[in-house]
Amino acid sequence: MSSLVISNLHVSTGDKEIVKGLSLTINPGEIHAIMGPNGTGKSTLAKAIAGHPDYTITAGDVLLDGKSILAMESDERARAGIFLAFQYPSEIPGVSIANFLRAALQARMSEGEEIDASGYYKRLYEKMDMLKIDRKFTSRSVNEGFSGGEKKRSEILQMAMLEPRFALMDETDSGLDIDALRIVSDGVNRLRGPNLGILLITHYQRLLNYIVPDFVHVMIEGTIVKSGNKTLALELETRGYDWVKKEFANA
Amino acid sequence: MSEITDSETLEAAPDNPVSGIDQSSGNFKYDMTYDFDAGTGLNERTVDYISSVKKEAAWLHDFRQSALKVFNSKPLPTHWATKDLENINFDKIRYYLSQGLKPKRTWDEVPADIKRTFERLGIPEQERKFLAGVEAQFDSEAAYSNIKEAVAKQGVIFMNSTEALREHPEIFRKYFGKVIPTGDNKFSALNSAVFSGGSFIYVPPGVKVSHPLQAYFRINAENFGQFERTLIIADEGSELTYMEGCTAPKFSTATLHSAVVELVALKGAKIQYITVQNWSSNVFNLVTKRGLAHDEAEIKWIDCNIGSRLTMKYPGVVLKGRKARGEVISIALANDGQHQDTGAKMVHAADETTSTVVSKSISVGQGRATYRGVVHIPRHLKGCKNNTECDALLINTNSRTDTYPAITVRGDRHAVQHEASVSKVSAEQIFYMQQRGLTEGQAMSLSVNGFVNDLARQFPMEYSVELKRLIDLEMEGSVG
Repeated sequence: MSSLVISNLHVSTGDKEIVKGLSLTINPGEIHAIMGPNGTGKSTLAKAIAGHPDYTITAGDVLLDGKSILAMESDERARAGIFLAFQYPSEIPGVSIANFLRAALQARMSEGEEIDASGYYKRLYEKMDMLKIDRKFTSRSVNEGFSGGEKKRSEILQMAMLEPRFALMDETDSGLDIDALRIVSDGVNRLRGPNLGILLITHYQRLLNYIVPDFVHVMIEGTIVKSGNKTLALELETRGYDWVKKEFANA
Repeated sequence: MSEITDSETLEAAPDNPVSGIDQSSGNFKYDMTYDFDAGTGLNERTVDYISSVKKEAAWLHDFRQSALKVFNSKPLPTHWATKDLENINFDKIRYYLSQGLKPKRTWDEVPADIKRTFERLGIPEQERKFLAGVEAQFDSEAAYSNIKEAVAKQGVIFMNSTEALREHPEIFRKYFGKVIPTGDNKFSALNSAVFSGGSFIYVPPGVKVSHPLQAYFRINAENFGQFERTLIIADEGSELTYMEGCTAPKFSTATLHSAVVELVALKGAKIQYITVQNWSSNVFNLVTKRGLAHDEAEIKWIDCNIGSRLTMKYPGVVLKGRKARGEVISIALANDGQHQDTGAKMVHAADETTSTVVSKSISVGQGRATYRGVVHIPRHLKGCKNNTECDALLINTNSRTDTYPAITVRGDRHAVQHEASVSKVSAEQIFYMQQRGLTEGQAMSLSVNGFVNDLARQFPMEYSVELKRLIDLEMEGSVG
């Protein structure tokens, strides 16, 4: 059965342990929101799953369809269907969005197989229309000189084109004004469906008004301390994180 | 007829300093027999031999002999250039080889083994498209040469230099050695003594050559230097684009390539000279390229250097006439064990002359890229402009880049701008691309292609495709 299983995961950077025994199972079609205060390990979790070289997994496992992905390079994980929407996407000077996405799709094809250019552009333009992105955007260098909103829309566009099975969305709402937030959320909602599982990392409840999660988890000090449904997010909005922290400390 | 079968007398091959780099695109070599061979080493007899084989006029023979004296009298320029030059063993080099065949007129007449090599270089494609604007030099002499009828009808002369010296001595001699005198530097003197092959082009006044003329050449004999000599003259108001492409097979012993290219753009003429080179990593590529631009003329060098052990090349323009324009656009990629010492020379010698230099270099692994630029604007002129931009990209932490810009501007009626930047491909950038499914090698390659993209776009389509392919091949070997 298709799933992304995070099992008792411990992640360190340098000597410092950041994620401390986190377990979570995401099935296709589900949206899991992870909320928590700054510095609690949310982004580290996402990057570690994606295979960022700065992070070492010291214990536990991540299983895609029952198989560990820990021995896989980050690009293999990507091709297997794991997508990370970056909080701070890198600039790639001189490489246009169109060429970048084309290279990424080409990398998923078998040797000797060539991408069909006209079909590719047709699809690209459809997705861009969906995200209300100007056509001129395709010839701009990836993320270079993009506004915060453009960067995030570019991430969602890439996600739409690459059709991952599991998407890890790291603070996708950060740096967005209300209009941009609405557009980006609309895009995610359209991608939502029975074949896609999403892990939504956010600091604020605000995003969850637009992208309504199936499950909400609170992460504190490197682990999930409380899980619930969307009402948990609303409770956090009104009461803050302190009461969860206290519960956690007393437990 | 002598054959190269005396390889056992050569010194044991040194280890290739560059291992693990896939240069398979240039890694092929077929047995060839050479009808003429000047043996190894260089002395007056070598020069006599070359001159007599080519049945040259007395003036040219004298020119060669005096050039040999200049070559011998000049020290290696190691007071400013790398000491690696001292590793060239001039006694071990073969200075002249020839198929002994007349340049071919049609593709059918080209020997099969040469065709096979060209096929691997992708030339037949070009061949079918342009057929005839192609002049392909194979080893010392052009093995194939066919002038497209349309070009010939326009009165354009396009042939190899040896042939041109016989058939058009009056034009050749008038310009030959004038832009780059024999004594310009040690290697221009060497070339003047032993040159063989290269192209000669003359474009009559007002003629605009609509598609680029091309020459492909490569080195195919071990321990054998190639010393081609190219002379291009664009008469008043004419226009020409010339493309020179080069991939070399892999050798085990060092090889010297030392060309001289002279361009003359008469009043209002435009010359664009494009080079994409991929030398094998044991080649010393020491080339002198310069153009002379008369009133309102324009000379543009687009120069791309990949491979070689050491490349020293500073295409230049002497802006001799009022409102003349000169431009150098260069891309250099230095991989492990390679040193790309490239740049530009802009000599302003008239009012209101304009020069532009844009240089991008990439250093991979322990590769070293050096930019050396000279811009000279004297006091008595007015209204001169120069814009220089050099950007370096470092791939690894042990990669190296140096910049030596020498800009001399006298007087207060000129505008000069200089910008330089050094950037590094960050681990974060590579991770970002890998997260989209590209392998580390593909990610590197894309980064590097992005870095040179704005320059590569100025190349004709087939050359920018070739450039991208060459960068991909270089970057494949750089990871891990």
